Amino acid sequence: MRPSDGDTRKLFEFADLDMKNLDDPEAAHVVIHENQVLGSNTVPGLRIEATPLSDGVKASLRVERDQVIAKPVHLCFGVVPKTGTQRIIIDVQMEENARAAILAHCVFPFAEDVRHLMEGTIHISRGAFYSYHERHVHSPQGGVKVYPKASVTVEEGGTFITEFELLKGRVGLIDIDYEVSCAREAVMEMVARVSGTGDDVIRINETGHLTGEKARGVLRSKIAVRDDAQAEIRNKLTASAPYARGHVDCKEIVQDRARATAVPIVEVNHPRAHITHEAAIGSVDSKQLETLLARGLSEDEAVELIIQGLLG
Amino acid sequence: MSILKVKDLKLDLSGKPILDGLTMDFSENRIHAVVGPNGAGKSTLAQTIMGLSGYREISGDILFEGESIRELDTDERARRGITLAWQEPARFEGLRIRDFIGASIRGKKGRVDLIADSLRKVGMEPSIYLDRAVDKTLSGGERKKIELASILAMKPKVAILDEPDSGIDIDSLEHIFEAVKLLKKEGATVLLITHSMAVLGHAEHAFLICCGKLQDKGDVKSIGNYFGKRCLPCDHKNEPDVNGGGL
Repeated sequence: MRPSDGDTRKLFEFADLDMKNLDDPEAAHVVIHENQVLGSNTVPGLRIEATPLSDGVKASLRVERDQVIAKPVHLCFGVVPKTGTQRIIIDVQMEENARAAILAHCVFPFAEDVRHLMEGTIHISRGAFYSYHERHVHSPQGGVKVYPKASVTVEEGGTFITEFELLKGRVGLIDIDYEVSCAREAVMEMVARVSGTGDDVIRINETGHLTGEKARGVLRSKIAVRDDAQAEIRNKLTASAPYARGHVDCKEIVQDRARATAVPIVEVNHPRAHITHEAAIGSVDSKQLETLLARGLSEDEAVELIIQGLLG
Repeated sequence: MSILKVKDLKLDLSGKPILDGLTMDFSENRIHAVVGPNGAGKSTLAQTIMGLSGYREISGDILFEGESIRELDTDERARRGITLAWQEPARFEGLRIRDFIGASIRGKKGRVDLIADSLRKVGMEPSIYLDRAVDKTLSGGERKKIELASILAMKPKVAILDEPDSGIDIDSLEHIFEAVKLLKKEGATVLLITHSMAVLGHAEHAFLICCGKLQDKGDVKSIGNYFGKRCLPCDHKNEPDVNGGGL
């Protein structure tokens, strides 16, 4: 059955997206439900192609040389039924000096047994800029397993920024696996903000290689786990060129019976490169907590506010 | 009329008496100073009145508006109208100033305006600060003023300000003192915990404590004279607060 405009709008609604984005001819979007492309719009300088697979969609996104995509590109992926699998294989090519910001909305509002697999290959050419903000809406039951995986190369002077955020619902399982390589004067920033409850499992495995002179990179993980949730964060940053600079930052708040581990690995292979790291795992800072208690918040309210702040 | 009383208040930390039989009576809508040398027990007194963790195993009593609050948790004491500004305010990664101040006044009408007004009262421009985080990007002085703004917004009955001048530049100090006056004008009782003669000068009544004991109380001038001439040059060693509570 051919998807209707109503299906597209429904997925947009679940993602809490402004419908104006769907009707704006100057804003590009692609809406994919399971293995069906429900709707798309593109703009000059941006080419998007999508081919259905048996269990998902294979897509390519290319921004042409020197093209600046003025408005964020909305990619909406979803599985509305309680069960299902969605595999997205995506190839992104940012040509020289191209610029684009992607807002990816991953929507699984009723999931009881849903798998969402993302396999990305991203190439950012010289001087190009690519940001990818992935925002998830999950079911309250946490019946989602999410496996975002990407291999990214950033050429000289290029920029890659990615941010992962769970907006609504329970995590279920999130298993992020990203590897980024930065050439001379290239910049990368990877941020993950996730709060787990129940028996959620959060695994983040991010690796950055600063291989070019003056390349810069930051890996940031802000995680809160409660109840019986588990978080395992592995951040690895290597620097092997002069004046390469990097920072790894992992903050995890642990409540109840939850467990968290952080394994920051920093590796420097050049005497003029420099990488720093900080990791803090534990319960809520007592001074923060007491400050809010002294303003009349209950302990639960205070912890919630501190976690909200941490997760941005 | 008294709003807050401590009666024969004793607290030991790691087996050492830090508060040793303090009895003090804080009159309503006055600015009281609690002065004393480093290690005298001033900050411990503040934390004990607030009922913070580690400061609950007391003997004696704390009465607020005539009722004992010794069994109440910190948040319950705060909801009754007592609050505390720390000597070294906490940093909150990612928490916006508007949300931090707003936490003091949840559910109040005109909340957004109240947050902005409270910032202006401590000399901070809301358009610059509201969306910044209460984190390490702010100076110690800025965090101190933001904490005071959150207390102004809360409109407490008793505000305990621990070393309100520490880490504050001279211009900002004026805003702090203006905020103290404003708290009084709005009906609050203010406890200035200090060893600074400049801060003492803004009080209307003073207590002098040393080694966890009340040494004297009375008008600011006489307590100030004694403290300036006798206590500040005194090399008598007070026991430091074992929890590093700012003494």
